Amino acid sequence: MNQFFTVDVLTVTVASGIALATPFLLAALGETIGQRSGVINLGVDGIMLLAAFATYYTALQTGNLLFAIMAGAGTGTIMGMITALVSVTLKAEQGISGIGIYLFGLGFSALLFQKLVGTPLPIATLPPVGIPLLDEIPVVGGMFFKQSVLVYLAFLLVPIVAFVLNRTTYGLKIKAVGENPAAADSLGVSVARIRWSTVMLGCTFAGLAGASLLMYGGIFQVNLTQSEGFIAVALVYFGAWRPVGVMGGSLLYGLVGVVILTWKSLGIIPLSASDLAATAPAVITVLALLFLARRFRQPAALGRPYEREG
Amino acid sequence: MHRHLDRKLSLILPAVLVALVAASCGGSSTPAPASPAPSPSVAAAASPAPSPSAPAAASSEPSPSAAAATTLKVALVAPSAVNDLAFTQSMVEALNSLKAKYNLEIAVSDNQFVVATAANVIQNYASQGYNLIIAHGSQYGSTIQQLAPQFPNVSFAWGTAGSTYNLPNVFAYQANSNEGGYVQGAMAALLSKSKVLGVIGPIAVGDAKLYVDGFCAGAKFVEASISCIPVYTGSFSDVSLMATAATTFVANKADVLTGTAQAVVGAIGVAKSHNLPWFGTQWTQVSLAPSNVVSSQVYNWAPILEQILTEIQGGKLGGATFTATLGNGGEQIQFNPGFNLPAAVKAKADELIKGITEGSVNVPQ
Repeated sequence: MNQFFTVDVLTVTVASGIALATPFLLAALGETIGQRSGVINLGVDGIMLLAAFATYYTALQTGNLLFAIMAGAGTGTIMGMITALVSVTLKAEQGISGIGIYLFGLGFSALLFQKLVGTPLPIATLPPVGIPLLDEIPVVGGMFFKQSVLVYLAFLLVPIVAFVLNRTTYGLKIKAVGENPAAADSLGVSVARIRWSTVMLGCTFAGLAGASLLMYGGIFQVNLTQSEGFIAVALVYFGAWRPVGVMGGSLLYGLVGVVILTWKSLGIIPLSASDLAATAPAVITVLALLFLARRFRQPAALGRPYEREG
Repeated sequence: MHRHLDRKLSLILPAVLVALVAASCGGSSTPAPASPAPSPSVAAAASPAPSPSAPAAASSEPSPSAAAATTLKVALVAPSAVNDLAFTQSMVEALNSLKAKYNLEIAVSDNQFVVATAANVIQNYASQGYNLIIAHGSQYGSTIQQLAPQFPNVSFAWGTAGSTYNLPNVFAYQANSNEGGYVQGAMAALLSKSKVLGVIGPIAVGDAKLYVDGFCAGAKFVEASISCIPVYTGSFSDVSLMATAATTFVANKADVLTGTAQAVVGAIGVAKSHNLPWFGTQWTQVSLAPSNVVSSQVYNWAPILEQILTEIQGGKLGGATFTATLGNGGEQIQFNPGFNLPAAVKAKADELIKGITEGSVNVPQ
């Protein structure tokens, strides 16, 4: 255990945990916005896959990582329009339509990968960028302030989303539509317009999540996300629909995963316990979810399409 | 009226989505994909067909012209993509290399990582009259055990596994991946300056565990005090976990890395970014890191497939187990000319390959 508590190992463990948490955080933040307005999107994972492929293919063709990330985000936005059309305008059962979106993303991204790419080649990944002065702080600097721009963006979005939800008129409308859409409608708030905007925004975040996941490994593979999108949905419940809570859940999941891997590599976790240890991130998250879920309630109109009466 | 139209659309659109899903998932048979380029000349390096590990029943071998005239329908069901640069690609390449010689009509269903769906796919192929169905994944074992008796005139080949379930229409095939692992582990120990090796596996089963165990055994054969602690991520396909595992090894001073499973592409990226040597297995991974891949243990399933196809043409549909080894050409160590390998390390590798092939070097199981 002593080898774990060395500066080099601890620095890399925490830094890797933060980087690993980033796709979860982005996807969960987007899902939080959507769910606060009453729309649940189980297609997050499929959207992440399509966005990851779009990011990869654009990077392969252009060599421009900024274009690639924009392609990923743009794919999320387009999928957000489709999701909003199905869930908000057509008022489909959100759980089922979300699964449909997920399956479509899973299959279509695999098809495109096979037809357009052939032999996969790695792309250049986003280099870590040190924040001047902060990255020179002993120990902490290497842990927190030498990350890629997507990691900084993800964590910067936490206070921004919190501010928007809690301090702006738009945020008030989102929450009103999620709690009591009929009342919001009677006060002149366009429920459909708000939900369209939150779903598109949420799916754009999911697109960024796919892009960040792709940038982490530097190569696309079929089912790259490994159902991380569903973990992100669970993290929304974990975080009690609050951006800071969602950030905490994402960090817990990412850090536990990396700590387990580090302990395995140091021989702290024996081989006989390896498979059991691999389940730790999910188990810990579910246990925390069970404990926390009782304390907060979900938006009252979550998952229910709104139709004006009369 | 507007509400009525909305309801109709709300029914039609999910149906359209489902249709799109069915089209894009591509679970049913598709024509065999062309080999993703570039690919090593596996066929050129193949040795003559090896004898199986179980005694083969006497079978009359058809003449080459007769064999080529009869079309054999072969289906492959695999858990990962045809271009995964690992497990599935090795089988696809082998099948394609035999297509002309045996006049094969090949169908491939890849990405069948959900066993229940794969079972459906296998059953469909059997119902469509395919002569040989290759279930390329140990997770398909129970499916084969259930379906094979229902289709006694169809031959099933299951790998990587050593059991035919005593069924007359099931062949089994496996790879002694510990052999190539042993050779590469020895090379890694000689290349390592820090004497810490990074070894990443998916789950401790099958040929993945064999390879990892062989690698560490080979490393310790050369350098008894070397650190070779494998990390199993718990997933065959989680690229980010493999990349993270590689990163933790690098933080722990590992200066040579290896790994197995289709998710190793993530770990290879870490090796490349830190400019560390990488040893591959199942398929050549040079394209991912041309300057870092030292060598790859490449699976060459062609000799085993030839034996199976010959048995089928002779009327025998199963009941034998085949093992790919360094000795029979089922496994090959392919060195990367783009890596500056010291002559002494290459010589050691050649010595071990020769010893394993001749039986003078015993690789622990």
